[in-house]
Amino acid sequence: MAVVRRSRPNSPTILSLQLCFLSLFVCSSVSVATGNGGSYTINGRVKIPGFGAKGLVLPVKANNAKVILNGGQQVTFLKPDGYFSFHNVPAGTHLIEVDIIGYFFSPVRVDVSARNPGKVQAALTENRRGLNELVLEPLKEEQYYEIREPFNIMSLVKSPMGLMIGFMVVVVFLMPKLVENMDPEEIRKAQEEMRSQGVPSLANLMPGGGRSN
Amino acid sequence: MAMAIKLSLILLFFLSSSFALYEDQVGFMDWHQRYIGKVKHAVFHTQKAGRKRVVVSTEENVIASLDLRRGEIFWRHVLGANDVVDQVDIALGKYVITLSSEGSILRAWNLPDGQMVWESFLSGSKSSKALLTVPANLKVDLDSPIFVYGGGYLHAISSIDGEYLWKKDFATEGNIDVHQLILPGGSDVVHAVGVTDSSQFDTYEVDVKNGGLLKHTTASFPGGIYGEVLPVSGGRFVVLDASRSVLVLITIENGQTHLEQTHVSDLIHGSSGNTVILPSKLSGIFSLRTDSCIVFIKVTNEGKLKVMEKVDKTVVVSDALPLSEGEQAFALVEHGDGKIELSVRLVHDMSSNHLKETVKMDHERGFVHKIFINNYVRTDRSHGFRALIVMEDHSLLLLQQGEIVWTRDDGLASVIDVTTSELPVEKIGVSVAKVEHSLFEWLKGHMLKLKGTLMLATPDEVAAIQQIRLQSSEKSKMTRDHNGFRRLLILLTRAGKLYALHTGDGRVVWSTLLQSLRTTSQQKCAGLKLHQWQVPHHHALDKNPSVLVVGRCGLSLTSPSALSIVDAYTGKELQSTSPAQHSTVQVIPLPYRDSTEQQLHLLIDADKHAHLYPTTPEAADIFQRESENVYWYSVELDAGILRGYGVKKTHPSNTVDDYCFETRNLWSVVFPSESEKIIATVARKQNEVVHTQAKVIADEDVMYKYISKNMLFVATVSPKANGPIGSATPDESVLVVYLVDTVTGRILHRMTHLGSQGPVHAVLSENWVVYHYFNLRAHRYEMSVIEIYDQSRAENKDVLKLIVGKHNLTTPVSSYSRPEVTTKSQSYFFTHSVKAISVSSTAKGITSKHLLIGTIGDQVLALDKRFVDPRRSLNPTQAEKEEGLLPLTDALPIIPQSYVTHALKVEGLRGIETIPAKLESTSLVFAYGIDLFYTRIAPSKTYDSLTEDFNYALLLLTIVALVVAIFVTWVLSERKDLQDKWR
Repeated sequence: MAVVRRSRPNSPTILSLQLCFLSLFVCSSVSVATGNGGSYTINGRVKIPGFGAKGLVLPVKANNAKVILNGGQQVTFLKPDGYFSFHNVPAGTHLIEVDIIGYFFSPVRVDVSARNPGKVQAALTENRRGLNELVLEPLKEEQYYEIREPFNIMSLVKSPMGLMIGFMVVVVFLMPKLVENMDPEEIRKAQEEMRSQGVPSLANLMPGGGRSN
Repeated sequence: MAMAIKLSLILLFFLSSSFALYEDQVGFMDWHQRYIGKVKHAVFHTQKAGRKRVVVSTEENVIASLDLRRGEIFWRHVLGANDVVDQVDIALGKYVITLSSEGSILRAWNLPDGQMVWESFLSGSKSSKALLTVPANLKVDLDSPIFVYGGGYLHAISSIDGEYLWKKDFATEGNIDVHQLILPGGSDVVHAVGVTDSSQFDTYEVDVKNGGLLKHTTASFPGGIYGEVLPVSGGRFVVLDASRSVLVLITIENGQTHLEQTHVSDLIHGSSGNTVILPSKLSGIFSLRTDSCIVFIKVTNEGKLKVMEKVDKTVVVSDALPLSEGEQAFALVEHGDGKIELSVRLVHDMSSNHLKETVKMDHERGFVHKIFINNYVRTDRSHGFRALIVMEDHSLLLLQQGEIVWTRDDGLASVIDVTTSELPVEKIGVSVAKVEHSLFEWLKGHMLKLKGTLMLATPDEVAAIQQIRLQSSEKSKMTRDHNGFRRLLILLTRAGKLYALHTGDGRVVWSTLLQSLRTTSQQKCAGLKLHQWQVPHHHALDKNPSVLVVGRCGLSLTSPSALSIVDAYTGKELQSTSPAQHSTVQVIPLPYRDSTEQQLHLLIDADKHAHLYPTTPEAADIFQRESENVYWYSVELDAGILRGYGVKKTHPSNTVDDYCFETRNLWSVVFPSESEKIIATVARKQNEVVHTQAKVIADEDVMYKYISKNMLFVATVSPKANGPIGSATPDESVLVVYLVDTVTGRILHRMTHLGSQGPVHAVLSENWVVYHYFNLRAHRYEMSVIEIYDQSRAENKDVLKLIVGKHNLTTPVSSYSRPEVTTKSQSYFFTHSVKAISVSSTAKGITSKHLLIGTIGDQVLALDKRFVDPRRSLNPTQAEKEEGLLPLTDALPIIPQSYVTHALKVEGLRGIETIPAKLESTSLVFAYGIDLFYTRIAPSKTYDSLTEDFNYALLLLTIVALVVAIFVTWVLSERKDLQDKWR
């Protein structure tokens, strides 16, 4: 329902719509009463899905929402139901951006045609998706903060300090156990080997390493 | 063990590599201040109990609702740049009505939360004054129409839903300018009072119900009319004649219009021509300002004028405030020495002050510019008054019972220029007790933090942790710190006031209303630029650093300039020249300093003379010696010409002034006006540091960056594409970008973007430039990067040549030698419109760069420079991947976590300033607009320091645990040894 209403100074005419669907984008051609004004009105709507039962109400944080035409040429605000309009827009290809903190909106390309008055094409510039009515929905929500991981014991263990402690515990408590369980002969062998090599090797203390000798 | 250490190191690296902020870190190293700007209109809403508020509109096109108790903002909306607010009022007791864009847009905002309720577009046929009349109606449900005059039409609009009820075309009634809309209480008639062809006085009576014209009276006044018609009482108006010396009293009785003329000089003896009728609507009284005084004149019932009182012309008069019993009150403010006198008078009893209060006022706030008053009923049923005053420095104050209840420094909403200054060095000698105390506090803080990390903290403790983080006294100290995070931000505002803000917490350390920039009745002065004047580092250490403020007295380029030097520690104006002998169109800070470390500056005037500052023989000496190496350029936007200049050699004998030099034009680049129009020029930041010229790329090859301080980026568009988006077709718009050497005027590189147009925002740093523009063919914004490399040094990688000594590393770099440069370039899509682009800057230039992009949503996005690297390719080789080259994508990513402003907005963003900290990894970022925002960023993470939230307590705990473990194992092994020996 991308409505383009030709506003003439004296008699604003409400126009009937005909929608014709094309393959790539959707164009709605609007029949207009004759008369050349040169300025048009773009009406549209911002909708945030999942908010309100029918999406009729905007969230509180959308209170500071702005709709911006052509990078700041005109700025307008949303009505409580999400509708907005730009008046006095000349024919041509325009860009509409929606600024609501917390949401990512794609800019929208809107063609206001002078040759075929009222013919309108609207498409999202990010993904080139055509719009058959000027209803703008956010592409995604934006999270500005990192989410703090909830505390779990693993993260503490994984931290450098945790690893150090863990390693210590292994050495202190498990090593003697391993040594105890070993055959005294093997230990002697290992000790001899250590003496002969001069360098203590971790592998030699391991039961597997000892057995392979 | 070695492996464990290595592992832990890797892990450490991983942990610290998260750049974004956690929600509980907000306000930890950043601060955000919200402003509104200089107040134009104020409407109080205090009738019903609950929150008392005042609705204001400002010169920054802001509408805001402020808490009357504390001055905080309840809600605020920033309208578009050309959507200037004409009038503000409250309708039905629940809607704020604003009329903007010369009376063509009428909006209603919900008073409690600021949600827009309805919007009406009022089409007009000509530009005219915009008038808004909202009937005073306290009943909420009764729909009484709002009357708007704008564009030659009188509109009646329903206040509930903004529907058009009717409109009356005044444009067909002849060339009438409606000056007043009057809605007499209880009647069904709107009176429109105006002037046709400035010689005929017209009143129209229009039916409220249907807009039908009921009555039209007219009276011609051949003398001509100056200014506006002011209603005095029912059926009486006053106006000045064209010569501003005759007062005309217009009386309408029974459809007849009588004109009665009185010479101003008969009423006020010895008054001259500059007479103005002040627009305060008092019943039966009007006020007249002449060159010497303000006079209150009463219009008696017989139609005679009687001078009531004469007051000084600096007195500011408020609008009339209706009191309950048909009485009107108004306020006068008189400026005294270090204080202001507020007096409230009742219109029926002008002789005595109903209320007189004296309030102490800071000198630095200047004069009172505007006053709005409001009344409240005291417990003894008498009237109390509160006054909202707007000062010369744009600050807003609420006065009540002789005291300043709150102040808002709204001058900070219009920052023009920013510079920084270091803080004083800390005095040595800290008491031991203090150290012990702080150590204890420090440990306690970290124990709390540890608890927080382990999720053991109670909610109270969590709050305490937050408190500690926010109020760490370290960050707001008034001394220099080791990391260079603590600094003074020096801001020049449009009001001509200089503020120094502490980077730690954003508080105002000092503020000075510059005497040289104060607007007087003779001249209108404004600040232009702020420069570092003296930065003592090696010499003159007893001196405080100072800044140079350059302003202009007058509106044209040729008007004389105003110069002041201000101490950066105290805000004292050390030296002030206003007006100076010459005008200033350009300020060039020279890279030379005298023995007291004053920076040499060249001020270029409108006649292309160069004036040297400081005006000392020593500075002149230094300049004479170096004058051959001084070059600058100017950009003539209208003519489309770039010009380069140097200093003309003159014999010292035949110059008039030792500090004024003739200049000569060295080169010009003329862009053909029929095909190109300059829309943006960007040069490198003067103080930027580049660490290395060489860039090691994949397969151990070296590229040499072409680094020149004299590089200028110029963007031109075809004239048709100069308008906003949608005004030109892709075929007729061409964007051309140039890299120009400003010493020789040589064009180093030129590139054409067909089907593209501005606005262009660009940043030039090291050997690259990144610019943002609009691609009409794709209908998306694009960002392009150009990197420029020096080919003449490309041979230097030959080791043999280096050994033999045939390399050219020692040849001096000169702009006159013809450079062999190559460029690489690439373009990407970027989603948003951009308001400003900047780049992070660090102390030594080693740290990688982040682009800081101010988006249309008034947020600042940090984008890694690696995303705009022209060497990116679709399938990077293994070597390139190792180098850190990212695969090519068509669009630049927008990662929400990399917004440095996180969930905040810097409303009306205009500029982003980056300042290097002493810590190489860190750059300070200051974004300004209507709001101010400061934070620090570390583009390559804080590799040279532990992060602030590093858990020292956990480290201590680990060490303790390790020591305990050592002892335990020692004891165990001892025991085991003993057992072994017994065996």
